[in-house]
Formats: sequence, structure tokens, C-alpha cells
Amino acid sequence: MQRVGVFVCHCGSNIAATVDVKRVVEAISNEPGVVHAEDYQYMCSEAGQALIAKAIKEKALTGIVVCSCSPRMHEATFRKAAERAGLNPYMVEIANIREHCSWIHKDIVEATEKAVILARAAIAKVNLNTPLKPGESRVTKRALVIGGGIAGIQTALDIADAGYEVDIVEKTPSIGGRMSQLDKTFPTLDCSACILTPKMVEAAAHEKINIYTYSEVDKVSGFVGDFTVDIRKKARSVDMDKCTGCGVCQEKCPSKKAPSEFNRGLGTRSAIYTPFAQAIPNVPVIDRENCIKFKTGKCGICAKVCQAGAIDYEQKDEIITEKYGAIVVATGFDTIKLDNYDEYAYSQSKDVITSLELERVMNAAGTTKGHLERLSDGKAPKDIVFIQCVGSRCADDRGKSYCSKICCMYTAKHAMLIRDKYPDVNVTVFYIDVRTPGKNFDEFYRRAVEQYGVNYIKGQVGKVIPQPDGSLLVQGVDLLDNKQILKQADMVVLATAIEPDPDVRKIATMLTASIDTNNFLTEAHAKLRPVESPTAGIFLSGVCQGPKDIPETVAQAGAAAVKAIGLLAKDKLLTNPCTAKADELLCNGCSACANVCPYGAISYEVKEVNDHGIREQRRVAVVNSALCQGCGACTVTCPSGAMDLQGFSNLQIISEVDAICQ
Amino acid sequence: MQEIISRAKELLENGTVARVLGWKIGDLPYNPEPAYFETAKDLENFVYNGFCGANLSKYMIEASKLEGKTMICLKPCDSYSFNQLIKEHRVDRDKAYIVGVGCKGKLDIEKIKKAGIKGIESISGIEMTDAADTLEIKTIYGDKTMSYADAMLERCHVCKGKDHVIYDELIGESKDTKDAERFAEIEKIEAMSPEEKFEFFKAELSKCIRCNACRNVCPACSCRKCVFDSNKFDSAQKANVDSFEEKMFHIIRAFHVAGRCTDCGECSRVCPQGIPLHLFNRKFIKDINELYGEYQAGADAESKGPLTDFTFDDAEPSVVAERG
Repeated sequence: MQRVGVFVCHCGSNIAATVDVKRVVEAISNEPGVVHAEDYQYMCSEAGQALIAKAIKEKALTGIVVCSCSPRMHEATFRKAAERAGLNPYMVEIANIREHCSWIHKDIVEATEKAVILARAAIAKVNLNTPLKPGESRVTKRALVIGGGIAGIQTALDIADAGYEVDIVEKTPSIGGRMSQLDKTFPTLDCSACILTPKMVEAAAHEKINIYTYSEVDKVSGFVGDFTVDIRKKARSVDMDKCTGCGVCQEKCPSKKAPSEFNRGLGTRSAIYTPFAQAIPNVPVIDRENCIKFKTGKCGICAKVCQAGAIDYEQKDEIITEKYGAIVVATGFDTIKLDNYDEYAYSQSKDVITSLELERVMNAAGTTKGHLERLSDGKAPKDIVFIQCVGSRCADDRGKSYCSKICCMYTAKHAMLIRDKYPDVNVTVFYIDVRTPGKNFDEFYRRAVEQYGVNYIKGQVGKVIPQPDGSLLVQGVDLLDNKQILKQADMVVLATAIEPDPDVRKIATMLTASIDTNNFLTEAHAKLRPVESPTAGIFLSGVCQGPKDIPETVAQAGAAAVKAIGLLAKDKLLTNPCTAKADELLCNGCSACANVCPYGAISYEVKEVNDHGIREQRRVAVVNSALCQGCGACTVTCPSGAMDLQGFSNLQIISEVDAICQ
Repeated sequence: MQEIISRAKELLENGTVARVLGWKIGDLPYNPEPAYFETAKDLENFVYNGFCGANLSKYMIEASKLEGKTMICLKPCDSYSFNQLIKEHRVDRDKAYIVGVGCKGKLDIEKIKKAGIKGIESISGIEMTDAADTLEIKTIYGDKTMSYADAMLERCHVCKGKDHVIYDELIGESKDTKDAERFAEIEKIEAMSPEEKFEFFKAELSKCIRCNACRNVCPACSCRKCVFDSNKFDSAQKANVDSFEEKMFHIIRAFHVAGRCTDCGECSRVCPQGIPLHLFNRKFIKDINELYGEYQAGADAESKGPLTDFTFDDAEPSVVAERG
């Protein structure tokens, strides 16, 4: 039988104003096992913790229940206090009588009754607690960053600067990501390339950073501190060691009709290509689908013109297996497909473009060499209409429910840049709301309106109708004037919603990192652990976690790096002892638990068991406690009840339910 | 039947198998029972006829632990159960020599009795070789007849097909006896109001005497130690507070076999109280089909079951919750 002490916290008036704490102490004093009960104003304070320590020693307590705030808040505090007083920290239970009780009830009688019930449940549980001891696991001092955009580059630089090896895996032929496609960046209007390319060079030159471009993560196994990752280096068909980056192959390549990914399909590229002039590494790849040599077996011009002899048509995908202590996901975003938004005539008119396409149009290195022109006829537009929230903040399932966050600012940027360079062009922006919080952001937007005379209309566009003369008729509504608007335009720019890179689902599955319904990776805690995945050792950088602009991305990239560094700096990790454990005598060896385990923590062994005198070879489940995160999926799947979660056993939970239903 | 017996003798003689798992003649003309046969002499009692409904696959769990191979006779629908047991690592495929035996639908003695045919002395038309579609039944009250189809087990009216999904060799022809919709009864119950459903199941499950026959015969209920027998939980040996408390046993059992039940129908066949226990399992199967795509447990021995797998096409929990 346990000797249980119960400590009821007032939390100032947070609890005490709604819960009669004295009454709680009185009510639970005669519960089974309870030998001590008291209340105190702030149990988490030093004096409160001293009370607990004193009671543990004087009353020889074997378990304690603290009735206080959420265990997320102070469970660790009270566990440490108990440990200092000589009690196993896992003999501490928290009854949450604040968030689950006093904060959500008004009636003191009802709230007090509920607090007593919650305390009873915790007492019933602690009566079945057993001391648990965390294990240890080693830490590989190397980090993997998945994605080589600005988020991945910044994270890698920060980790590498702290002295740890970092590998970046980037699926395209060059690092740089979306930011490399941008023209200017808000709110200061620096040229994107001017601030990004030095960082790309720095990453490539860093002695601690190793970059795998044109590569993908194939397989991930292991756990925090000790991941094993297979990286597939896709066949580049070019020997990276031999290539000098002279570019002759690209010039001479006769197949020049492949759509340029970098220019969002607005221009074409050769079959052997680097995505853009400042690509890192400056080594081209052969796009085998468009290469004449690969399609017909004839050609081979690139090999003939290559002085370095770097072209290798026989090259195969290569798998590199590497160990990592931490993994940072920085997979970024893409714009959504506009199939569901036919009313904007994106598929019907070349002059309806997305904002990201406009970046390529306005960029000096883009398809029009930076001249603002209509893509249909190359004429200079006179009237441009921007439509905000295309696919964002969508109430139905055509688009995304969330705000893409960056569109208000980049649209203001585009409008301003156009008005600055071409003052005779009329710019109209249709918006639902203009959302510009952020340092110097609102000022930026005000400047677009006040200084540059951009015409902002609050209202949505219902339809864009291509006219026979090549112009576009925009049908919209002005909500402030409450009238319909018909507007003639030469060009329409859609602020298209952004969504996580489609590959993120595959990557999240491999990492067993959770994602939300929009495919954004989920944080361990929305407020308190925003750059960590709930899966230990996985960190989140950039838009893979949620829409954000460059400054925010860079800040988060640094934060993710710090979390990864904090992990890599440790030599050993203590593992959570609240892991699953299989009762060998009850285990059927059926694999149901292994099938549902999201962490790959369960394996099977054939071993001799002694079942009440019957010795036989049995296939039984074995849990790797370093991999197990204690989610409990196995325990509810196991039909025979062989699988149980230490610290949250089936019996403990049933006894809590029984105590509540008494 | 003779073909099976002579093949069994051969396999025993040449040492391929150490024993045969089949059915032996019972004490009444309609109750053959599962049995092991180790010698040619034992096989004199071997029987295979329309009353051999018993699914033998579960016996292979224990037979897997014995020395040598076991020849096991499986009907087409039994082979699904066997596959499922392989998938769950409960039987050793290498320890079994599977003879897929032909099946033309199995008979339900309860249906014959319900038709008012009692005092049965012998029944002809039950042999696998009989082409007759009529049973001729000698009773102490005189001769009776009944059509074979009318006397078939419920499960045979929703037959899964005449093909064995796993076997080493096949003996005898099979017939697909499906002439009813598998989920028709489930749809009827789904259409009931919650109160009507409750009353329906209360009426059925209150008949339960907790003999555990359904559990013991069920190939999916293959736990070494059933939770209802385990002293690790409070459920073992618990006295009922009312006659309906057995619902918990049946509901928990249905959850435990969900996604694994092949719908072999043994639970309903063996229930001495005639409770249509298969309805629970079939409701789960129907739901799984609708939420996760068509799935037949035991159709193969490798794929992951829909409830122990994760795919991107899985129904979102909200959809599942909405359906209730």
C-alpha cells in the first residue's frame, strides 16, 4: 500500500476563488492510501516545494498528488522537488484543478466537487504507480537539414557555426529555394538575389556544411540523437568533380524546349541545365525526360563539347547512408494549383498570372529581362488588377482555409514597384482585408496607397472575362461603396495561396512527424515549442510549419538551429521511461502493435518463455524504449492486453475512471 | 470423401505429414466433429459431408507447435481464416500441408429442426458427391424431405466464392452458393432508430449464457490468454448485474476482431442460443469497406489490415465520427 501525500494549491486566487481548497483537503483525507493532505497558496514556490519535501521525509510518503495547474506547466517542477526529497519522480501525479476546473467553472460548489473528483482519480492512479527510471541513449553530433531554401540555408549556417557538421538535402539541382525566384523583398525592397546568393555561397563554402543537391531523403529510421537516413543522390549525368561550370553544354544543347521550373514555366531551358545563373553548385544536370540522347540514343553533343569530360550518361542514382542526431525540416512551399478557380481565367489567358510568375516577369534575369509586359503580345500594360486571397481564407473546400500571410505585403510591393517604374500604369488591388502587421509593414502598405496612388478596393472579384480584343474584363464588387465594378485590364495578377511543398507528406511520414489537415507540420506546442515537432529530434524551419515571410522564416530557422544545437551539444539523452512494454506471457506475437506504431519502435523476437512451467519458443513483441514515445497506440490495439504503457497502464487509467465514476 | 482419405493415407505413409486435421463421425448423423488422425486406422472414422461446417484453421495454432507437418482440410471460406492467422503469425505455414477440400454449401441442423423435422435417424444427400439438391431425411416420425439450399447455413447464402485463397493441393469441386446480399440484414438494423437497435440487441444478447463457444471457435479470437480470462484485468470472473451485461463481452469481442474477422460465421453456427453474433462483425466489415475501401480479411497473408495501417486515403476521424 502506498503512503500518499496530497498537496492542494490555491494558485493565488486562480484556484482558490472558485474551488474551496480546504474542503478538497478534507474530502480526500480519507481516500485509500492518503496519509497526509494540506493546502498552500503557491505550491510551486520555493516554500511550497519545501512543504512537499518536508512531508515526504516526515511522513515517509511513497507517492504524492499535487492538485494544481496543468501538468504541462509544473509537472517537471514537482517531479524535481520530489526527487530532491528522495522520491522517485514518477511517483508524482498532478490533478489539474486549474485549467480543467477553476478556470472553466463559475459555481464554487460544483467546481469544488469536480476538484475533489479529479484529486480522487489522481490518488487512485498514484496508488498503482511504480518507480520508473529513464534510460540513456547516445547522440550523433551531426544534423540533417531537409530543404535548401533560405530556411534550410540559415538553419544549416547557424548549426555549422556552432561547430557541428550539417548536411543539406535539396531535391532541385540548386540550393536557393523560392527566395531565389523573387525579385525584390519587402519591406526594404532589397534585391532578393543580392541578399540570398551570399548566403548560398557561405553555406557552400562552410567547412562544416555538406550540400546534396538533386537529392532526396529515401528512408529514415532510428530516433532522437541517433537517426539513420538514406539519401538518394539522383543521377545528375554530370560528374560533379570534373565539371568546371563553363556552361558550354547548356549553350550547345539542341533540346531547348523544356519549360523552365525556375521561371515558373514562363520560359524554356535546355535539357542539360542549371536552374539559374547563380546556382549552387554550378554544375548542370541532364533532365533525362527531355534529353535527346536519353530519348533516342542519338545526340551526345554535350559530351562532345565538354572539355572536362564531365558528362556521364551512365551515371546512376546513388544511395548515401548517414547518421544524424537531429533533423530539421525546411521543405518550404509552392503556390496552389488554380484548377478550382476557373473564374479568374488563369488557364484561358496568358495575361492572367500568379504573383510568383510576376516576380519572374519583373526580375532582370527573368524571361522579359525585367520589362513589364503582357505575356500574350509583349505590349506594355496600362491597367493592372491584382486580386488578393485567391485560394486563401476560403470558406469551402475549393481553396485553403488559412491566410497565406505574405500576399498583402508582396502585392503592395508589386503595386509600388510598378507605379514607381511605370507611373502611367494604373494599379488596382481587390482585397478582403489588408493584413500588414510586422515591423515597418503597415507603413510600407500605406506608402503604396498614399505615395504611389495604388487604388485599393475592398471587395472580391467574381469573374475575369477575356475580351476579343485581348483585354480582360474584371467583374468585381466594391463593398465600401456597395456597388458592382466592371473594370478593363491588360493584366491580372493573382495572389495565389501558398501550400506546403507536396513532398512534405512523404517526408513527414518517414519522420513520423505529425502534419495538420493543410499539410503543415505540427509544432510540439503551438506557443511554447513552436519550432519542434512532437517527434523528438525533429525541428521545423520555415513555411513547412505555416505561412511566413522571409524575416520570420530566417528567425524561425535560427530558432530551429538553436534547438538542434541544444540537442547535439548533449553526449547522452535521458529517455522517457513512460514507454510501452509487452507482457511476454500474454503476447500473441500477432504484429498488430508493430503495424500501428508510428515510431517503428516495436520489433519481434522469437525467444523461449516460461509460461507457468510451460517452456516454449514464442514470437513476442519487444519495444525499443528509445524509439517509443509513449503514445499508447499499441496498448489499445493489442487484443490480449499484453502491451501496456508504463506510467499510464491500462489498470491505472481504469482505476482513474472508476474513481471518477464512483 | 474417399479421395481425401486415400490422399491422407498416402501423405501419412510417405512421411509428408505426421497427422491429419479433419472431421470424424459424430454420435449423430449431423454432428461430425474436428479431429486429429494419426494412422490409417484412425482414418476409418474420417468424414467429410454437408455437416462439416467446422472451420479447422484455428486448430493449426496448436498443431504448429507439434513435431512434423499436419495435413489440414480447409474449405474455401476456411482458407481465408488460415491466411489471416498466417498474417498474424499465429500459425506456421511451413508446418501445414493444406488440402483445399471442395464445398457446395454447408448445412445448418438448426434450420432443419426449425422446419419441424425432428427425431432424425439418417440423412441422405449430404455427401459431397451427391448431385441431389434435396435432402432425404429418415426420422422416427417417417420420411421427410427438405431442399439443400433451404437447409444451408446463413453464411453459405452469402458465400465468399468457390476459390481457396491458400492451399497445397485441391480435392473436389466447389460451388459458389451465394444467393443473398451480404449486408442486407445490416442495412435493416442500420435503418432502425437507436431505441429499436438497443431493444433488438438487448433481446438477442440477453439470451447469452456466456458458454464462450463463440470465442473459442473464432479463428480471430486466438489470444494465448483472453482478456476475459486474464487476472490482469477486472473483467475475469465478474458476476453479471443483469442478463444484458453480456453485451459488454460481445461488443468488446467484436472490437477485438474488427478488421481481422473474415466473416466465417462460426460464432453464429456454434451459438447454442442461436444469437446472430455475426451481425456485429459484419457491421464492422461494412463500415470498414465504406470508410477505408473494400477489404476482405484473409484474402492474402501479407497486406496490412485497414485498422492497423495508415494511408493518406484513410477517412478523416471527423468523417468517422459523423457517421456515428
